Amino acid sequence: MAVAVEAQGNLLRLAGYSGHDVPEDDLLRACVHCGMCLPSCPTYRLTGQEMSSPRGRLWLMKSVADGRLDLLDPIFDEQMYQCLNCRACEAVCPSGVHYGPLVEAARSQLEQHRPRPFWQRAVRGLAMGWLFGETKRLRALVGGLRFYQRTRLDRAVRRTGVLRLLRMEELEAMLPPVARRALVPGRERWTADDGGRSVRLFNGCVMGTVFADTNRAAARVVARNGAAVDLPVGQQCCGALHVHAGMMDEARTLARRNIDAFEASGDDPVVVTAAGCGAALKEYGYLLKDDPDYADRGARFSARVRDVTEYLAEGDLVPPPRAVRRTVTYQEPCHLVHAQRISTQPRKLLRAVRGLTLIEMKESSLCCGSAGVYNLIRKEMADDLGDRKARHAIETTATEVITANPGCAMQLRASLGRNGSTAHVRHVVELLDEAYGGPRTKPAVGGESRR
Amino acid sequence: MNRTSLVERLEGILGPGGVFHRPSDLLVYEYDGSVDGAVDTALPAAVTLPTTTEQVAAIVRLAHEAGLPVTARGAGTGLSGGAVAQQGGIIVSLTRMDRIVEIDRADRTALVEPGVINLELSETTLPQGYFFAPDPSSQRACTIGGNVAENSGGPHCLKYGVTTNHVLGLEVVLPDGRIVWTGGHADGGPGYDLTAAMVGSEGMLGIVTKALVRLTPAPEATLVLLAAFGDVDAASHATSRVIGAGIVPAALELMDALTIQAVEPAYHAGYPLDAGAVLLIEIDGVVEDVRALGEEIAAICREAGATEVRSATAQAERDLLWKGRKMALAAMGRLAPNYYLHDTVVPRSKLPATLHRVDEISRHFDLPIANVFHAGDGNLHPLMLFDRRRAGDVERVLEASKEILHYCVEVGGALSGEHGIGTEKRDYVTLVYSADDLAAMAGIKNSFDPAGCFNPEKLFPKGYMCGEVRALRAQAMAQKLGIYAF
Repeated sequence: MAVAVEAQGNLLRLAGYSGHDVPEDDLLRACVHCGMCLPSCPTYRLTGQEMSSPRGRLWLMKSVADGRLDLLDPIFDEQMYQCLNCRACEAVCPSGVHYGPLVEAARSQLEQHRPRPFWQRAVRGLAMGWLFGETKRLRALVGGLRFYQRTRLDRAVRRTGVLRLLRMEELEAMLPPVARRALVPGRERWTADDGGRSVRLFNGCVMGTVFADTNRAAARVVARNGAAVDLPVGQQCCGALHVHAGMMDEARTLARRNIDAFEASGDDPVVVTAAGCGAALKEYGYLLKDDPDYADRGARFSARVRDVTEYLAEGDLVPPPRAVRRTVTYQEPCHLVHAQRISTQPRKLLRAVRGLTLIEMKESSLCCGSAGVYNLIRKEMADDLGDRKARHAIETTATEVITANPGCAMQLRASLGRNGSTAHVRHVVELLDEAYGGPRTKPAVGGESRR
Repeated sequence: MNRTSLVERLEGILGPGGVFHRPSDLLVYEYDGSVDGAVDTALPAAVTLPTTTEQVAAIVRLAHEAGLPVTARGAGTGLSGGAVAQQGGIIVSLTRMDRIVEIDRADRTALVEPGVINLELSETTLPQGYFFAPDPSSQRACTIGGNVAENSGGPHCLKYGVTTNHVLGLEVVLPDGRIVWTGGHADGGPGYDLTAAMVGSEGMLGIVTKALVRLTPAPEATLVLLAAFGDVDAASHATSRVIGAGIVPAALELMDALTIQAVEPAYHAGYPLDAGAVLLIEIDGVVEDVRALGEEIAAICREAGATEVRSATAQAERDLLWKGRKMALAAMGRLAPNYYLHDTVVPRSKLPATLHRVDEISRHFDLPIANVFHAGDGNLHPLMLFDRRRAGDVERVLEASKEILHYCVEVGGALSGEHGIGTEKRDYVTLVYSADDLAAMAGIKNSFDPAGCFNPEKLFPKGYMCGEVRALRAQAMAQKLGIYAF
């Protein structure tokens, strides 16, 4: 045997993990391979193949660590990125395996060691590094999109068929009407009826621009429930997209800037309207654990973070005065239900709205296929999941699909449209805001006006 | 047949998306749920993912022609190595055959493909008032096909019986590729009961491609009692008294202190952390019976020294109590990096003595052993906690399990309650079966699979089957031809 290995020595020299962000051995060994995670995994459900299951992927990660599989073997790249990182497996794992950090580290290993073609590096650098690295740039781009929609240029462009040519039809179908005005930190704030408590709103990149009105609705609802809301200046994108793409350095830079921006506001809760951002912010402590200057500060910041539904459901909700007579269904964002284990809270809020009928859809906690930018890169798998989700939503006869994450909202919008549904997609806080009377009945002092 | 033409012909049957053959693709098919225990891994030469019975038959005919071993695989949650391709060859993964073909309410049956997940069958039929009774702890992941192969049990088998009591008929692909039906809707047809022969045959007699299973009416009322005791002894005596009083609970489970300490922090199921042992007792039936029985059992437990007895009737409360039990195994990952789960059966009257012996063995080998098991039918699950990376741990685990097995057999028990023999316990079967017993089983094996190609190296002791000798020869030949060339 030893002879054979020696003889093949050259062939057996496999690339293992090296550099920073190596999948942690202790986390890997926590998996006992029981297989309980299999049915919760969307990609396993669609393919029925072991390598597309969490257990299979952990086995691949372990195989690389043990020198049995080359880090650059195509299956490793394929499987680490076929994973939606929805973390449904984590929520059902009896051994408590922290799958998210493991797959993120594995991706970082790929990014460190695998050469990417020039155009891919260029796109990633431009989109992820430059555009999302500074919210001002994203605001400018979204401003352009708003112009595109509001001038009805979109209709003209659609007629030309150029979108189909550029394969951007799907992308355009996902885009909701962009908010009239981006929400800019420091320019708007909301005061509460009975002062005292205050919270800091995390604006986010897509939420603060495309979905700025959702953030405003969240702020109004929080203010109605007794806490003043403002947005610390200097905050940036949360870096979730970067972590999921294995771009750890970029993610850490953003994390440090956010920690700096929010530190001045003491221990006030940091309220988030996007499930994906919330999950990432709650993991800053882990992300920066090896940074002597930021490890403790990161952990302290993470402890302040609350999803807006989590925050509102903690106390007794001020009863919303208006009835909303409508049938809705709730789609659980993965990074809310699985990564943050927040599932009862949004439903509790919805049930507080008079007249509202909540019909649960089948597989409400199965990923819709959005998964950050997954639906742009792996369209086929994402479309299958989106169609499955749309069918379940349509079965409920709901006229609105309620969710709590911008990625899900865009994916649902496209999937419902493709499956012939006219149901609207809205955030939990938008519905609550409507039940409280919306922006017109409650102009908060100084709120919603440019200073 | 060389490797390339084998792959080509398999792809001809299944299309390129239905066959895996690159070494790195095969890595994840070298294990099943037993891998952290005492079972070795083994790489197959190819993995196939058929979607129809005809495809399965075509794969099997090809393997038959090439003299290659065939191993069927469901979700790969088994604990005795049943889905590990010990001699390489072709794995037939049935996960893409996952349709519920028909639910017949009048006959109370369901016709399902082998890849249907156990719990999802019950979830589909419960709105109509029925469920599939066998409920292994892995039921949220394991498949009906795997349940049939291993004759799986579960907590509720105390009252409802194991898988074999719930299978009426099977569509089977035989080792030569013929497709046959055994049994059917009518109970007790004439002739040999081939359905019974197939159930628990560990994939060695054929591949199940459809199963006609019995559905059980959901009970009107269900009550779960949680009884806490100072030690395991008191809890097992209480078990004997409950059963001795002529009561048949739907389930009666025991968990010891070590198990409680693993489970409670993970699931907050509400088990008292200071208890030496808890019993989880479920009763079901019509409302009046359940209430009366619940009171009777509670009284028996208190007499037997229970420090606390609680009851839960609401679904959510019951589910929480059960969750701790069902997830107990895997929660052991929180106490140690590896565990080895044993599965033996002893007569109920011998439970207290057996648990004492397990405790002695635990101390002798300096090996933590948790106990979480189906006390109602004497089905023990000693769980040994160890660290594979620590020198000598694996050896101590194997020695300790041998001692436990020997003791259980000595007091009149069985080698396996519900996990099967597989490769895990094949060398122990001589403890319970005589040479003639084994020869009778080998006769059945040989009449179905004379070439010994279906799931070789399982169930019979190493080197026992003449087919196995032949298979070894075939393996050597195949290696020479380059079929296993990696």
